[in-house]
Amino acid sequence: MWLYLALVAGMVLCGIQAVRAQRLIVAVLWLAGVSVLVAVILYAMNAPLVSAIELSVGAGLVTVIFVFAIGLAGELTRDLPSLIPRPLAWIVSIVAVGWIGWLLWPAAPAPTDAETVTLQTVLWESRAVDMWVQIALILAGVLGILNLVVDAPAGKEAATLERIATPDDEVAA
Amino acid sequence: MMPALSVQSIQIVFAGIVLLFGIGLVGLMVTRNLIKIVILLQLMAKAAILGMALAGDIAGKPGLGQSLAVTVIVVDTVVAVIALALAVQVQKTWGTLDLNELSTLRR
Repeated sequence: MWLYLALVAGMVLCGIQAVRAQRLIVAVLWLAGVSVLVAVILYAMNAPLVSAIELSVGAGLVTVIFVFAIGLAGELTRDLPSLIPRPLAWIVSIVAVGWIGWLLWPAAPAPTDAETVTLQTVLWESRAVDMWVQIALILAGVLGILNLVVDAPAGKEAATLERIATPDDEVAA
Repeated sequence: MMPALSVQSIQIVFAGIVLLFGIGLVGLMVTRNLIKIVILLQLMAKAAILGMALAGDIAGKPGLGQSLAVTVIVVDTVVAVIALALAVQVQKTWGTLDLNELSTLRR
């Protein structure tokens, strides 16, 4: 129990720091911390395969992509004030999440006669469609990365900017 | 092999999931930077991944819960990649990542 308490406390702390961080790169590093702790909790919950995937993809690949994207787009130059008042955001979140927590609060222990079907069997036999969808999604992700690294054609970009500056468009709109 | 989760452990992990989701929700409401929004979506997705695995354990179907968790990890990663690609292109084209400025731009 104490192990879970320590891991969950660390996870929540990293989450709070990720929200509070002013610099994007720091927020990404705190997010990687959350991923690592989620992976450890999953391992402690007898889900080693999911834990390894979360550690390699969540803490590794996603962090690298974030750092790359921040390098391309640039850091936050100033702290932007929120459009929604912060107390209102807190109240709405506490009510919504508290309500969900109250509805779903687990009171019963995990059944001892749990199914012995392994993750591999479920993934490759029972939920084969999910696997195909995941493969398609991964291809979409690859295209996304290509879009991230490839520059837009200079002529097209210039045409877009010119179009923004044309006052006739406002009249037409 | 770790022993099965006790009720207290399940409740602690569940409380952590709810808190992490809530933190992400607050952040989403107060943030205006596009990349920070993707970071906060990731935070909420981590809570969902943990929730899937925990729900599978509670229901006595750990294999199903874990397979759904893997699906969420893949979907979540692809969403992050595509959102970041969009954010980078938006930054290059419009010169800002501020949602408020972007929402007031005219075509």
